[in-house]
Amino acid sequence: MISKQFISRLGRQSQKFSTRWQSTSPFAAYEMAPLDPIIGLNEEFQRDDFPQKVIVGVGAYRDDAGKPYVLPCVREAEQRLVDQKLDMEYSGIAGDQKFVDLSLKFGYGEDSGALKEGRIQGVQALSGTGGLRVFGEMIRRHGHKHIYVPNPTWGNHIPIFQNSGLEVRKYRYYDASNSSLDFDGMIKDIQDIPAGSCVLLHACAHNPTGMDPTLEQWKQLSELFKKKQLFPFFDAAYQGFASGDAILDAASLRMFVDDGHLLGTIQSFSKNFGLYGHRVGTLSVVGSNAEEAARVVSQMKMVIRPMYSNPPRHGARIVSTILDDPKLKSDFYEQCKGMADRMNTMRTKLRDELEAVGSTRNWDHIVKQIGMFAYSGLNKEQVMEMRSKHHLYCTADGRISMAGVTTGNVSYIANAMHDVSK
Amino acid sequence: MTIVPHYETLVISLLFCVTQAATFSAATASVWSKVETGPPDAILGIAQAFRECQDGRKVNVCVGAYRDTQGKPWVLPTVRAAERKLLENDDPKDYLPIEGDAGFIAEAVKFAYGQNVDLSTVAAVQTLSGTGACRIGGEFLAQFRENKNIYIPTPTWGNHWKIFKECGLETHPYRYYDRSTNRLDLNGFIEDLEAAPEGSIILLHACAHNPTGCDPTLDQWKRIADALERKGHVAFFDSAYQGFASGDAERDASAFRYIADRKTIPVLLAQSFAKNFGLYGERCGTLSMICSDEEERQRLLSQLRCVIRPMYSSPPRHGSSIVKTVLSDSQLAPQYYEECATMANRIQAMRELLVKTLAEVGSTHDWSHVSEQIGMFAFTGMSEEMCDQLTKDYAIYLTRDGRISIAGLNDSNIRYVAEAIHAVTDGKSITGN
Repeated sequence: MISKQFISRLGRQSQKFSTRWQSTSPFAAYEMAPLDPIIGLNEEFQRDDFPQKVIVGVGAYRDDAGKPYVLPCVREAEQRLVDQKLDMEYSGIAGDQKFVDLSLKFGYGEDSGALKEGRIQGVQALSGTGGLRVFGEMIRRHGHKHIYVPNPTWGNHIPIFQNSGLEVRKYRYYDASNSSLDFDGMIKDIQDIPAGSCVLLHACAHNPTGMDPTLEQWKQLSELFKKKQLFPFFDAAYQGFASGDAILDAASLRMFVDDGHLLGTIQSFSKNFGLYGHRVGTLSVVGSNAEEAARVVSQMKMVIRPMYSNPPRHGARIVSTILDDPKLKSDFYEQCKGMADRMNTMRTKLRDELEAVGSTRNWDHIVKQIGMFAYSGLNKEQVMEMRSKHHLYCTADGRISMAGVTTGNVSYIANAMHDVSK
Repeated sequence: MTIVPHYETLVISLLFCVTQAATFSAATASVWSKVETGPPDAILGIAQAFRECQDGRKVNVCVGAYRDTQGKPWVLPTVRAAERKLLENDDPKDYLPIEGDAGFIAEAVKFAYGQNVDLSTVAAVQTLSGTGACRIGGEFLAQFRENKNIYIPTPTWGNHWKIFKECGLETHPYRYYDRSTNRLDLNGFIEDLEAAPEGSIILLHACAHNPTGCDPTLDQWKRIADALERKGHVAFFDSAYQGFASGDAERDASAFRYIADRKTIPVLLAQSFAKNFGLYGERCGTLSMICSDEEERQRLLSQLRCVIRPMYSSPPRHGSSIVKTVLSDSQLAPQYYEECATMANRIQAMRELLVKTLAEVGSTHDWSHVSEQIGMFAFTGMSEEMCDQLTKDYAIYLTRDGRISIAGLNDSNIRYVAEAIHAVTDGKSITGN
């Protein structure tokens, strides 16, 4: 430790030295950065002593007992990996090729024409965040100055793209006044986006609102993007985890590919495979031909090498093992659906409980929304009151993680929500 | 009011889309059309060439990963044991905190700085191995230092330059290795430290300098430290081989511990567990900064989190869970230290055997620099042309700076490699290349 006495002793020895050293730590002036709103919530929750405290903040699935859930097919895959005694050699900048191939099939469809033509290629990424960052850096190096994201969007999108050197612009998306998709506003704003711009789309289960376009609306968007020559970039974090049907959850992405768009996609395996902490994802592009897609992948590698060199193996090996084995794969689809079904059941329960405790507000949006989050419509003051009075923790925008709702706590949650909003 | 077209026009436009899909990319220039192919990574490109090579004699002395006596990767038994334990204990898969696994970080910091280190004076985050640590540290320094100059030894691991440039630091070389003597150029080193603007960042290899294997002695580190202190420079250590270099983890940490203990030079440490734990592909490391106290530590951590969150949110948990399990276990930890020493000892034995065999096959060059070098690499002094010849004529794959990964040598190939080196260097100079 550097004590003040020590420093002033140095000062007496050498005047020149002590002025440079500023008589204090080189870091004395560094301020405390603000807590990440989502992850910081968890820390606050941990510090709360209240025995009935509930957190419905971070997007990690919990079972009906409120416990983390590791998919049985994941455990089985891990057991097989341990038994195989694989090595831990570097996997290459683009990661595990078998994993990438299997994940592209999972995302784009086994029968995807574009995939069979070799037009879709990608790299293993550090889950969603890592893939978004690599993509952002890459397009910025290739002349992009802006990226368009829905308003609202996942909080971390903004710093990811800003740190990539892009200016983040928003298009209208959500109508908070009636808790629904503002499709008119969305179309109008997208029409004004300059040709060639990159536009981020949530493939399904929009985070934080849970409101997705219908298939017809997606079709309109696809045409509009074509007409305006916009460059779509899909964030696919919930395939299989939103509706329980992995094919349905990929419909928007596959529609755009079938419609001939050239686009980028980041697939995360954090939620659907429950591999959160293993940081597993795939960043891919659909190019006009295989040679072009290969060129783009080579540019992704240029971003990756000075960032982390190559991705971690374990999570990707788990996904590969599962997707490559018919029985494990079918187990996966079932177990993933199980998670989605439980969350959808809780949506209905929560809405029903809110009615039962006498709330006269319309909570139908909770049931209409899809995926892990319910965008409750509660404002910041109400959220803070829920924290202090009811020890119920959700993010300040009123986003509730349905994964944290259980039969054991749903009444408590409904009571708290009603109490602050009546 | 919506902008949805009437049904008929919708059908027509759908048909249009279908028929036009095939020519869509021709009608509008592809968003990717101007993207060129990126150049292959120098080191990994050679590894790929080795994989594709059909020559039965081929030898890989290129990539820096340990190989056993059969030329195979070796997963440490304690690592295997830890993996089984994780499975038996149903290790969860939740997100780690942004800064990583606290238990792992504590073990890693103790491993680096000593078991009695005051943890409140070390602000440390879990990173994606050494690369990730250099990147996080570099980004942090670029954000918070007025003087954004970083000085990098010549030569160094190629990726250092790319990493620090990406961070937005101003990169400069400093003299380190003298190819005319195949030894440390200490005077050039010190001169360049003195010439650098006050408060610059100096990248230092903690031990087993990559690629030269040439480390300062403790006396030389003292002189280096004096210069760092005089100029108020920041010491940014890259520690990729602790335990793996000499076989003694305490000894391999002595340089950065010495400088940290002087308490007058700001210290950052990028720590990798890729080699010493054989965890290469699991991407396990830390970035740490010595700080004054717990309050400062929290402030620094808060800022480091802001670098990490928009980059990859939180680090991968498998490698760190393994290291934590091993180092915190009273049986596995001592066993680990032995296993690491096994690797270092085999490499050291191969190093000595290489020099001996070169003499045996008739080389009259002074290879003493190779004997004195430390770690996984031998920096032979061969020229690019000699290296190319080794690859072309003998299917021996090394990097073109003359660096040989000794881990790739074993009893079956060492004589062949020695003969080939002799053949390409005989009658030519191995200094001044």
